[in-house]
Amino acid sequence: MIRLVYILLIVLSFPVLADTHIVCSDCHIGKVSNAVDMSERGDTIIIKSGVYTESLIEIDKPLTIIGENFPKIKAKNGEKIFHIIGDSVTITGLEFMEVTRSFTEDRAAINIQGGDYISIINNRFTNTFFGIYIAKSIGTKVIDNRLISNNRIEMNSANAIHAWSSKKLTVENNYVEGHRDGLYFEFCDNSIIKNNHSYRNLRYGLHFMFSDNNKYKNNIFEENGAGVAVMYSHHIEMYKNQFLNNWGQSSYGLLLKEIKDSKIHYNLFKGNTKGIYGESAIRINIFHNDFVQNGWAMQMMGSSEQDTISHNNFIQNTFNVSTNQNAKNYNIYEKNYWSDYNGYDLDKDGIGDVPHRPVKFFSQVLGYTPEAIILLRSFFIELLNFIENIVPVLTPENLKDLQPMVKQIDNDTVSKHI
Amino acid sequence: MLKILKYSFYDLLRSKWTLIYFLFFLLITQGLLYITGDEAKTIVGLLNVVVILCPLIATVFGTVNFYNSREFTELLLAQPLKRRDIFIGQYLGMTLSLSIGYFLGVLIPFVIHSITYTVDYSVLSILLFVGVFLTFIFSALSFLISLITDNKIKGFGLSILTWLLLALVYDGMQLFLLSMLDNYPLEKISLVMTFLNPIDLSRVMLMLKLDMSALLGYTGAVFNKFFGSSFGYAISLSALLIWTVIPVYFINRISMKKDF
Amino acid sequence: MIQFQNIYKSFGKLEVLKGVSAGVDGGGITAILGPNGSGKTTLIKMLLGMVYPDKGEIMFNGKPIKKEWQYKNDISYLPQIARFPENLTVTELINLIKDIRGGTPNEQRLIDLFDLDSHLGKKIKHLSGGTKQKVNIVLAMMYDNPVIVLDEPSTGLDPIALVRLKDLVLEERAKGKNILITTHIMSLVEDLSDEILFLLEGKVYFRGTIPELKDFAGEDNLEKSIAHLLEHKHAENIKV
Repeated sequence: MIRLVYILLIVLSFPVLADTHIVCSDCHIGKVSNAVDMSERGDTIIIKSGVYTESLIEIDKPLTIIGENFPKIKAKNGEKIFHIIGDSVTITGLEFMEVTRSFTEDRAAINIQGGDYISIINNRFTNTFFGIYIAKSIGTKVIDNRLISNNRIEMNSANAIHAWSSKKLTVENNYVEGHRDGLYFEFCDNSIIKNNHSYRNLRYGLHFMFSDNNKYKNNIFEENGAGVAVMYSHHIEMYKNQFLNNWGQSSYGLLLKEIKDSKIHYNLFKGNTKGIYGESAIRINIFHNDFVQNGWAMQMMGSSEQDTISHNNFIQNTFNVSTNQNAKNYNIYEKNYWSDYNGYDLDKDGIGDVPHRPVKFFSQVLGYTPEAIILLRSFFIELLNFIENIVPVLTPENLKDLQPMVKQIDNDTVSKHI
Repeated sequence: MLKILKYSFYDLLRSKWTLIYFLFFLLITQGLLYITGDEAKTIVGLLNVVVILCPLIATVFGTVNFYNSREFTELLLAQPLKRRDIFIGQYLGMTLSLSIGYFLGVLIPFVIHSITYTVDYSVLSILLFVGVFLTFIFSALSFLISLITDNKIKGFGLSILTWLLLALVYDGMQLFLLSMLDNYPLEKISLVMTFLNPIDLSRVMLMLKLDMSALLGYTGAVFNKFFGSSFGYAISLSALLIWTVIPVYFINRISMKKDF
Repeated sequence: MIQFQNIYKSFGKLEVLKGVSAGVDGGGITAILGPNGSGKTTLIKMLLGMVYPDKGEIMFNGKPIKKEWQYKNDISYLPQIARFPENLTVTELINLIKDIRGGTPNEQRLIDLFDLDSHLGKKIKHLSGGTKQKVNIVLAMMYDNPVIVLDEPSTGLDPIALVRLKDLVLEERAKGKNILITTHIMSLVEDLSDEILFLLEGKVYFRGTIPELKDFAGEDNLEKSIAHLLEHKHAENIKV
């Protein structure tokens, strides 16, 4: 019996023994679905360049599907295309099109339901409703794909890469544009998200909930409707990402909500209405980030506690730190560089001799009266800021950087390369 | 009128005042450029200096100059000249010499800076432009107040009070009003209030270029949408123009009826 | 040439002129006299359009001067206080007036007369009070106009300059000009004036030659006559 299993394993792993099926419009296999039906475990299907209109194709065995010169796979009646329930399926080199919106099912060009170790590599998705939908999958890789839609209305659109209740995913080097959420993760643990570019999605560039022990690094989140949201999670590591120009009434570079024990290191937050917005963000280390020209670099609500904000650069933000009314501060701000620091360093140790209070009176006023933004930079307001700085009334007394850095810190974020 | 303008202009161009005004802005701009090494930061630093001090200096200077040249005015009044030419000419001579002092004081350090760095002239030009407008407006207001008030000390006090009201008290009142009425939609009120004060209007025009990110949040987006459009910009410019023309109109009207 | 017709003027509650009528014509020097605050300067300023009457009209060459300014081309005016734009030099100031008035003035003769050559390049603010007054005179008198108005011309002048000024005025009279003058220096009045216009209580209290004034007052000295007029007014007031 053991020997039989052994032999079977050898047979399966030997590619020579597996068949290769060619699909093209004038071959005897003219449809992808036929090729999949004919295939045995471990077979390879090569799809020649062309246009293929396919109804739902279910894959329940390990297969490798390779497109040559990006054959176009169109969804018949706009339905989902691949439905993967088997393991170890590789799909590469295809262009998916015309998966239309549905309010009753989560239609995706590639729909993974329970299949593990799936590889979706170097495909294109043009105006598909969901691009890649991953559910209950382990070890799946989504690499080098381009997913572009031209949605205008959030309600009518869906997510580019959507992962639910999965583990050990790798999402790498993808470009996602014009969807509802660029990347969506819910109940996904121990995954890596890196080198992705999420651009102009209608809601979040990255939407991340109930997902623990994940890393994401070197991603670019740019001009998304509401920025990036990381919620109800713990042990998240966010390294070297760029949060750029996320503008809007409720737009954030990074929204942290109910998140614990996480690290935010070496990221660049530039030109966002709010760089980081934190609500019940507990035990977060925010180190070595650059906050450049944001409206609010950080808005940390009173419910955020035991966070350490250190060695960050705060450069030309309209407001550096704000918090809600009458909030107490339970976070530590130390050794940051504040471009509006006006203290001095007499002992020349690189650390300012006067503490810096990054919360401005006026940013607190805006909490009550947002319309007062029109008074920004008014002489009167500057005067109040100055007085508040000496005698804090609206701002938490202990929210201050006792060791402000005098010179900008070399944080090696991308900011110096752009 | 041109003759009066020319003589007032030359007189003031050579007076210490214009020189002080010029040197003041030259030093501040050069200093900020030197310390920050960055033109964007320099413009942020200059914002309040320009928006607050241009009106103050124009006010003080307008008043002092008016009272000091009273006898000259009388000399001119006895000459075969139209009254309008005398007063508008003197006003223009004064405000032009100040404006040139300000303009060059700010511009020259940036031009020198531009030899080694690139300078974004779009924000700078608004800064220059707004400062010149404020000089015109507050010279006119102080000139008008001096014209109405024969008592030098009273006139000086009133002028400073006007400046204080528009530069400081007005914003305080606006903030108070906004926080009192916070159950109502206040965007329109604050928009209107901004237009009624040239200092606020100038500040907002500059702010839009400097704090885009913050303005795109909350209600800021409403203001941004309004001022950011070319329509809003045209309206802002017209408002500044109206702010200049109205006091000048009254200078003309009152000078026609006044005894000297 | 000049007609004041029933002029009224008050500054606030203070009634300065209460129906002044007078005419000046045919050449000669008229001294306008009166106590302080009697409205001498006001009357002169009205002629130059610097102060507007509340009531009444002023005619120049038979035309009302209201809202007119060209007629001032025919008037040389010496204001009471000589203060000019401080940063101009004397030459520039002279050029300014020449620039405004045009024509062909004869300033050089006056500059020589008052020894101003060495001061021409100086700024006004560096001049003494007397020198400023000399500049003031040059500016006023350099044009050859049919009417001359001098408001306290002797202020700050040294005796030599005063003598030269007198000669200058007499010379102008000889050309048949109409000259109006106000002064507190009685000798100047005595030396110069053909006629006296005495303002009191906002009205023309007396008008006539110096001998007539002396007659009127019953004194043989001009200064005493004036004093007498003032006292007389005082007595009259008690009666009323």
